[in-house]
Amino acid sequence: MTLDPANIHSILATDCGSTTTKAILIERRGDHFRLIVRGEAPTTVEAPFEDVTRGVLNAVREVEELAGRPILDGERIVSPQRGDTGVDLYVSTSSAGGGLQMMVSGLVLQMTGESAQRAALGAGAIVMDVIALNDGRRPHEKIRRLRQLRPDMILLSGGTDGGDVKRVAEMAEILVAADPKARLGADYLLPVIYAGNAAAAPVVRESLESRTALSVVPNLRPTLERENLKPARDAIHELFMEHVMAHAPGYKKLMTWSPVPIMPTPGAVGLIIEKVAKRDGTAVIGVDIGGATTDVFSVFQGVFNRTVSANLGMSYSVSNVMAEAGIENILRWVPFAVDETELRNRIKNKMIRPTTIPQSLEDLVIEQAIAREALRLAFEQHKALAVGLKGIQTERTISDIMTQDQSGSTLVDLQQLGLLVGSGGVLSHAPRRAQAALMMIDAFLPEGLTQLAVDSIFMAPQLGVLSTVHEAAATEVFERDCLIRLGAVLAPVGGGRAGQSCVTVTLSGAGAPVTRAVPFGEIVLLPLPADGDVTLSATPDRGFDLGAGKGKPIEAALRGGVVGLIVDTRGRRPFTLPHGRDERIARLRAWNLALDAYPREV
Amino acid sequence: MAHAYTPGLRVTAHAVLRRERRLPLKGRVMVERGQHVAPDTIVARTELPGNVQTVNLAAKLSIDPARVLDAIASPVGSGVRKGDAIASGKSLFGLIRNSVAAPADGTIESVSTVTGQLILREAPIPVEISAYVRGEVVEVLPDEGVVVQTRGAFVQGIFGVGGETFGPIEPVASGPDAVLDPGAIDARHRGKVVLAGAYLTYDAVVACRDAGVAAVVVGGFDDHDLRQLLGRDLGVAITGSEDLGLTLVLTEGFGRIRMAERTWSLLVSRAGQVASVSGATQIRAGVMRPEIIVPGDDSAPAADVEGALALEPGSLLRVIRAPHFGRIGRAVALPTELHALDSEASVRVVEVEFQDGERAVVPRANVERIAE
Repeated sequence: MTLDPANIHSILATDCGSTTTKAILIERRGDHFRLIVRGEAPTTVEAPFEDVTRGVLNAVREVEELAGRPILDGERIVSPQRGDTGVDLYVSTSSAGGGLQMMVSGLVLQMTGESAQRAALGAGAIVMDVIALNDGRRPHEKIRRLRQLRPDMILLSGGTDGGDVKRVAEMAEILVAADPKARLGADYLLPVIYAGNAAAAPVVRESLESRTALSVVPNLRPTLERENLKPARDAIHELFMEHVMAHAPGYKKLMTWSPVPIMPTPGAVGLIIEKVAKRDGTAVIGVDIGGATTDVFSVFQGVFNRTVSANLGMSYSVSNVMAEAGIENILRWVPFAVDETELRNRIKNKMIRPTTIPQSLEDLVIEQAIAREALRLAFEQHKALAVGLKGIQTERTISDIMTQDQSGSTLVDLQQLGLLVGSGGVLSHAPRRAQAALMMIDAFLPEGLTQLAVDSIFMAPQLGVLSTVHEAAATEVFERDCLIRLGAVLAPVGGGRAGQSCVTVTLSGAGAPVTRAVPFGEIVLLPLPADGDVTLSATPDRGFDLGAGKGKPIEAALRGGVVGLIVDTRGRRPFTLPHGRDERIARLRAWNLALDAYPREV
Repeated sequence: MAHAYTPGLRVTAHAVLRRERRLPLKGRVMVERGQHVAPDTIVARTELPGNVQTVNLAAKLSIDPARVLDAIASPVGSGVRKGDAIASGKSLFGLIRNSVAAPADGTIESVSTVTGQLILREAPIPVEISAYVRGEVVEVLPDEGVVVQTRGAFVQGIFGVGGETFGPIEPVASGPDAVLDPGAIDARHRGKVVLAGAYLTYDAVVACRDAGVAAVVVGGFDDHDLRQLLGRDLGVAITGSEDLGLTLVLTEGFGRIRMAERTWSLLVSRAGQVASVSGATQIRAGVMRPEIIVPGDDSAPAADVEGALALEPGSLLRVIRAPHFGRIGRAVALPTELHALDSEASVRVVEVEFQDGERAVVPRANVERIAE
């Protein structure tokens, strides 16, 4: 079925999450698409319902009540819209049942292994493990691992086109010996995608075709210098629908309701981020911090990357944030003394009772300190994977490449970053927006000028899948109804002494221009209009760089925002907090005060 | 109506419980429907496929992979012993004869003419599943296992470490708010399920382990001590497979927290009876909490209080987050309108009167109902 965007006036979109199914209704009002209402209901994938469509219908009924018009005819979505009834288009995403869980394999961990990982993550999967010839495990250990994990799908890659066939065959043999079973039951074959050396495809077919649901797609790394992830990503989406979703309760029915394939939730979020970056011609980072996982999406130099940090989150995984970051890294963001034993017990008690919320201001501050570390670690993992291709120096021999441990240079260049978008409870529901802004600044340490926003109600998944059929409606609603613009941060790169002259900033808009000289080591907030643009001119002192070079001024049009322009002269490369406890606490308190982040001193 | 639901753990004197005992792979069921089983009765048995060893014959014999089938000494499917020659070939213009020895006992599973690899599968690994609880086999899952049903007292903990075990219950702490004295543990407690009151230290856990205690049930424990016990910081709450020498079940949480009166008195009333205990906890996807099951011969009707309980004025509840963490009181009001907290978040709350008469307003998300 072809969809003509010109005929679409109303859209219903749902996201079936692990716990909640969220529905939004979008309608054309005049020349623009706007979010009309949203509804939600518990997801019904698990017993006793075991039918995802029950939750979808319940969420749509809430939308009907709020919008004051019918969409359903019994248990059917009326489409196209007839008079006041129904919608012209229905689309959906899903992460219910733990999302899409994959294992990937390549020959060399840092080359095809990493490319395969990027392909799977970009498609919205959780990568359970990466198996490669040089991953340090012996064949029987790889086989045991493949057997233990029950992935939804395996992506097998390896070799450049026309390269070594033997090693690819070896990986296929390991897979055959392991005989891995699919996660959702033993009554169907495990989907396997082969996206490696084209010359090895016949051998792979011979080994795997009768034992797995094998799809062969073009090589994701046809040459060392080129990555071609799209065919593998498309195959992942297709198999997700055909094999994985079709075995999840109720999805067969749900799939017949929409003319657009159901997408994995994070894959859809990636699409909308990619489209916004393309439209604005800027680098974008999106982060979604949940209870169990944190997803980071980025577009730099036009290249999209996604990572998911499976064990960094604010409830189920909160204890793992402490384990990975170390308690001292959490405590460095807390502007008061905390007993370590007490803090450890508090964090564990949150883990075992994940639905509790901070009641006291002190508890909120601790929770936000943990969020900073979860975001920082997730971003570090992202930077390590969002890299240029490795192993492309022609003078290297294969043995050099096999042993290389140096990362390719990361694509993430914070000075190029134009927009940083945060979502997830701790950011979207922070009692004051300035708290969300400061958490993102502390965790990501943006450099130069970066606009900040939060996704108020996490509509990005629905808008992502919508963008595949109606890009204009999706990006318009994303901009107007989904994002809350916080303002921007201006952070000179460089180091200095507290109080030393650092940057002079002028904002000119509707009223009289405001000029402010900000010394090193401060945070200063300059108000912006909530809507509309202003012009920013900023001149850094010698030794500081705002993106144009050391000491060079910049000028930029700045969107309004509810927090304002945050001038952050605390230093970059390096950014350090004072070592002494009293001085550190004093500085943290001063910065919080500058942003009016909390109702009282904590 | 002032009415809400809060998470709650089951603590009941009369429950009918079914526990599925399933093999990881198909195998043989050793018991029949209707049969009475003890915790250590083996109910099903199977063999896991053995580990796989790969041998690169082409490289070891310096021959082309296409020729490896000619070089193997025994056909695919045959059994070999460690050290047996599994392949041989000539090298250096046919002057030297090389042979390759089997790296382990096993069966030749496959030989590839593309890679030149031989795959040897080692002997199967036997796996047995026990009944875990005393009871009756009420269902046989053909080739996979059984469902055992039992009646008796049932207590869910909030967090545990260590696997399934069983033993007679022995109250050692003097009461639900007492701290376990390591000096009170000795050889008499070997194989017992020790009740430890509100709290125990790392030293007390070590004393229990050294004495051969099967399991410890306690109100609270410090995370600091858990780290020492496990040898690492526990990141994600998926437990049950630790090999600690004993099973530890926390009924209330981390820190020193008085064990709920109902839990304490129920377990004390079953002193001397054999309890089955599991520390397995999974808080993500399909919540699994640790448990203590004390099978009895009672025929009292099951008073099942499953999962969530309604929260109403008068309900007994416990606060599960700072600043009133661990305090017990009764709900006195459940206002419908949102209430701004000290953190400035606006949420639905419950007004609680604590046992000392003090009152506080607490987010509904931060209380759990205690069954009476």
